[in-house]
Amino acid sequence: MTAVIQEFINEYGELLLDGTWETLVMTIVSTLVAYVIGIPVGVLLTISGPGALRPNRVLHTVLGWIVNIGRSIPFIILLVAMIPLTRLLMGTSLGVAGAIPPLIVSAAPFVGRMVEQSLAEVDDGLIEAAQSFGASTWQVVTKVLLFESLPSLVRGAAITFINLFGYSAMAGTVGAGGLGDIAIRYGYQRYQYDVMVVSVVLCVILVQIFQSLGNVLARRIDHHSR
Amino acid sequence: MIQFEHLHKSYGEGREAHEVLHDINLDIRKGEVFGILGSSGAGKSTLVRCINLLERPTKGKVVIDGKDVTDASGARLAELRSSIGMIFQNFSLFQQRTVLRNITFPLELNHVAKAERTARAEKLLDMVGLAGYGDRYPSQLSGGQQQRVAIARALANNPSIMLCDEATSALDSTTTVQILDLLRRINREMDVTMVVITHSLSVARSICDRVAMIDGGRIVEEGETEALFANPQSDILKALIASANAQNTRRADEADGTGRSDTKNSEVK
Repeated sequence: MTAVIQEFINEYGELLLDGTWETLVMTIVSTLVAYVIGIPVGVLLTISGPGALRPNRVLHTVLGWIVNIGRSIPFIILLVAMIPLTRLLMGTSLGVAGAIPPLIVSAAPFVGRMVEQSLAEVDDGLIEAAQSFGASTWQVVTKVLLFESLPSLVRGAAITFINLFGYSAMAGTVGAGGLGDIAIRYGYQRYQYDVMVVSVVLCVILVQIFQSLGNVLARRIDHHSR
Repeated sequence: MIQFEHLHKSYGEGREAHEVLHDINLDIRKGEVFGILGSSGAGKSTLVRCINLLERPTKGKVVIDGKDVTDASGARLAELRSSIGMIFQNFSLFQQRTVLRNITFPLELNHVAKAERTARAEKLLDMVGLAGYGDRYPSQLSGGQQQRVAIARALANNPSIMLCDEATSALDSTTTVQILDLLRRINREMDVTMVVITHSLSVARSICDRVAMIDGGRIVEEGETEALFANPQSDILKALIASANAQNTRRADEADGTGRSDTKNSEVK
């Protein structure tokens, strides 16, 4: 038994380790960039809404449409459709670098909605209180909206991360690398089920770890009800 | 100190416009505790929010310290609001900030240095009777303690005016008395003019120097608290006083009968 495991590790250990690394790089980088875009989008959606801090019907509607369109394009279509743009940006449409742009484009609108949702949970009374002390819109956004919703934002980030983790596996179908790529190439195309099973198990473990990390972090920073 | 001149406020426009305040004229004097009494929906919250312009009047003027502030915006608005503290029915404390950082919030907005902010907050905590509570979070405090923190926060910028929006409505009667005492003390010792919104006769009676009764967006009568309550002119205030008296009598009877009184319900509303 140990010999079998030893042989498997010798044969595929490095491959799976590289795959894990690639998956993590794709997921972490695209999550981070998606938040860099998604947080301002979510904030703008929130403050431009009717009766909000800075109501702006045109901005709110247009931004809402863009987000909805972005969210409604199936990832697999986006992956293929974006190939020319990806080549332009990254110099390649293959590998980890080729997977990151479509992952970001698919996640940013989702993040925008997640952020909007988190900010909506902040009690209007707190916004009013901040304004009563003379807070500007910028101060309300940074010191009240984003700060008070931090635990909720962290929970949202864990969800986004895991979504992108799943999408990165899909990107494997067009040669993006990572655990998904391995599972497809070895399991689906070469019938090497042992490799496929191990890469799927690795995926499961990583998702569990990141969800738990998100939960623990959110709980630690949340002082709302203890 | 605070004057409303022919103030109107409507929501919506044209045919759908809905008037919530109608031709309000008031003169709130420096150093007094002025009560705005009325039932829910009477317009008292809207009226008080016209003072710090959380609500913009549709017509008329708001004059503070002799200056017309009705159209204040930008830095002038921020400055005006800094000089007016406000407390709320549900305390509106920032849940993710410690007690100390709640109190320093208004100072943070004005970019006051950290050491100075902390020193000021500690002093205020001491004043509201919560010395040593700085590191706690609002969710760890009782309602009365939370309102004390909110009072300290409202005083952070050394305001000359404080607005109290149903500040004791979420509190039990014992805590209400303590909070009203604290507000009275602040009014006297720190020379802070107070505007108190309440639906409760007993609150108005216990701390207000003068009271305006508001109903349907109009001021129906106003005057010195004692005189006004002794000789009410409007039907609405007469009714309010009659129902409070009836309740008092009933409670007194109940207390006689059972030999104990339910403190939670003893507040006259």
